[in-house]
Amino acid sequence: MLIRIRGGHVIDPGNHDGLRDIIIKEDKILKVIDPAHPTGDPGSEESIFYDQEIDATGKMVVPGLIDMHVHLREPGHEYKETIQTGCMAAAVGGFTAVCAMPNTHPVNDCSQITAYIIAKAREAGFSRVYPVGAISPGLKGEGLSEYGELKSAGAVAISDDGKPVVNSQLMRRALEYSRRFGLIVISHCEDPYLSADGAMNEGVVATRLGLTGAPNTAESIMVMRDIALCELTGSPLHIAHVSTAESVRAIREAKKRGAFVTAETAPHYFTLTEEAVTAYNTHAKMNPPLRTEKDREAILEGLADGTIDVIATDHAPHAILEKSMEFDKAPNGIVGLETSLPLSLDLVKKGVLSYTALIEKMAINPARLIGIKNALVAGNTADITIIDPEAHFVVEPSLFRSRSRNTPFAGWSLTGRAFLTMVGGKIVHRLL
Amino acid sequence: MQFAKKDILDMASFSVEEITHILDTADRMKEISERPVKKVPVLRGKTIVLFFHEPSTRTKLSFDIAAKRLSADTISIAAASSSMVKGETLIDTARNIEAMRPDILVVRHASSGAAYQLSKVLKASVINAGDGMHEHPSQALLDMMTVREKKGSLKGLRILIAGDIARSRVARSNMTGFTKMGAEVMVTGPPTMIPRGIESYGVTVVDRLDDAIPQADVIMMLRIQTERKTSFLFPSEREYSAVFGLTAERMKRVKEDVLIMHPGPINRGVEISHEIADGPHSIILDQVTNGVAVRMALFYLLSGGAKNVDTD
Repeated sequence: MLIRIRGGHVIDPGNHDGLRDIIIKEDKILKVIDPAHPTGDPGSEESIFYDQEIDATGKMVVPGLIDMHVHLREPGHEYKETIQTGCMAAAVGGFTAVCAMPNTHPVNDCSQITAYIIAKAREAGFSRVYPVGAISPGLKGEGLSEYGELKSAGAVAISDDGKPVVNSQLMRRALEYSRRFGLIVISHCEDPYLSADGAMNEGVVATRLGLTGAPNTAESIMVMRDIALCELTGSPLHIAHVSTAESVRAIREAKKRGAFVTAETAPHYFTLTEEAVTAYNTHAKMNPPLRTEKDREAILEGLADGTIDVIATDHAPHAILEKSMEFDKAPNGIVGLETSLPLSLDLVKKGVLSYTALIEKMAINPARLIGIKNALVAGNTADITIIDPEAHFVVEPSLFRSRSRNTPFAGWSLTGRAFLTMVGGKIVHRLL
Repeated sequence: MQFAKKDILDMASFSVEEITHILDTADRMKEISERPVKKVPVLRGKTIVLFFHEPSTRTKLSFDIAAKRLSADTISIAAASSSMVKGETLIDTARNIEAMRPDILVVRHASSGAAYQLSKVLKASVINAGDGMHEHPSQALLDMMTVREKKGSLKGLRILIAGDIARSRVARSNMTGFTKMGAEVMVTGPPTMIPRGIESYGVTVVDRLDDAIPQADVIMMLRIQTERKTSFLFPSEREYSAVFGLTAERMKRVKEDVLIMHPGPINRGVEISHEIADGPHSIILDQVTNGVAVRMALFYLLSGGAKNVDTD
């Protein structure tokens, strides 16, 4: 099987930025060629018969996008999402791979669950799934999971995401111990005493709605603690779902000092503010909560100056019934896989990021952090996303491949989406 | 005027004209409760469901009496006896209630926004009888009715609300209502109980109760929820009473014609000393009496009363 992707603008930071054709043989990239300079040799690319040619004229061809923060809900909460529906949603969203957070039921804190997730994802056959193991067994924050076991089974990182590691000693040990296995620690930064029963951001909107708020400080105080522990241990630390100006500032300063810290944010934090909660919209409820315009601007600055390395969705499916509850009782989280790319492309349109920077944050940096190769060069696995930057569409949750519909972006008119998603040489999504 | 609202959810969505219209209607309703036969046939054949998902004595009784004085049929559902203890969701329970075709649903619920959420799915009118920390509009209306009755007008009055502002739906509804009607609202309480963004209500935060007391035409003391110990809001009832409570000592510095209010139930000796609660300035029981009149007015107006009866 020989495939040629023709006429696309290939953006692969450090490797390509221009019109290139990519030739794929079986599951690997055979070569990337500049069609303006054909070799003209007999038996050259032009005289070969291709099993399939993909016209990528007017499109961008980039290394496979990776969403390093996704809740696939399986095992345990298959009514919200399964590995199959989650992977279909990922493929449609342009992601060739996702990292699956461990807060399933049972928790992914052992090799059997990790292996189960990987097997299920293979069976589904859409995007790849890289499991994230739990920092502590059962996410209880009372001890270390067996990172050696988790790593051998295929885990690429560890996190207690959904819950903070409250015990500072445990966090220190997790950072130290995980280094031996090359597993990065992804930290959900939240002081649960400060966030208390906060259902949204603390401030004017919460006060007017009569909802208990969680202050920015509930997040930033833990970001600062974890940076301190990162500097103490010298181990790599990745801060999940950054939502506040104070966190961005703390991470920026830590990076200046040379700390081994990276960070991610999600499209909703650079697109929406707490105003979206007005009228008790549970589709705008997540943890950390949507913040103020000042925070949103700080997130944009952090993305622009490189303080924030990664855009990840924190894709968190919930059933319609669960989100129809009273606001304070409704669960946290929104789906993101099928809206992330257009919302992120908007940053390029607004001049916040270059295309190159966007691809770094959505493909290159996530791959580097979880230790996988992701570049459009000969010999690499053919994980490729083709983006149509001009495709307009209206977000219609009933058409989501995800099993859940909990999005605050329903009805939004967006521009740009995945035209084609290829995983290991196999086309798993193609826009008609 | 024509009263066009389907629901009574919060003070924020009322215009000055609507508030005035409700208060005027309530003034006229009050007389019915003074008759030997306290019943008029205005709402005969209407069904009103009192859906109280949180404990309540006076508010529920007040709505119930108001409905009965207008000849409506009332049915009460308490959370503990409803299917919600069997795991049914709020929306499902409400839809089931609606399937039995009530005209008005009066809702008390511990979650802010619950009445709003119900109003979006129900065809029946919804009256918010208190939702979490959000609003309690009929309480604000009865408070405004009582103050207007005693003072003639609300314009230019200085209203002091003291206590746990952050967690009080009564405070929120009153801050909105009184400022709309041209009164000046001051709030005071322990700094742990003053929420961020309170200025957006157009009220003044006064740090010390002692500084606010001499200026106030009306002092409204809020109930302290003594069961909330885990949030570290105040050290003890003893200190609360001494620093933030309305004591006999503080009463020496009030305006001569000050009105003392409390939405009840009172923690006597904590936020207000008992001799003040029962004293000559207290209008606490007038509040309760007017509560019935205000709720009669709300039922009447929601049922399209103004369409049938000339109220001008």
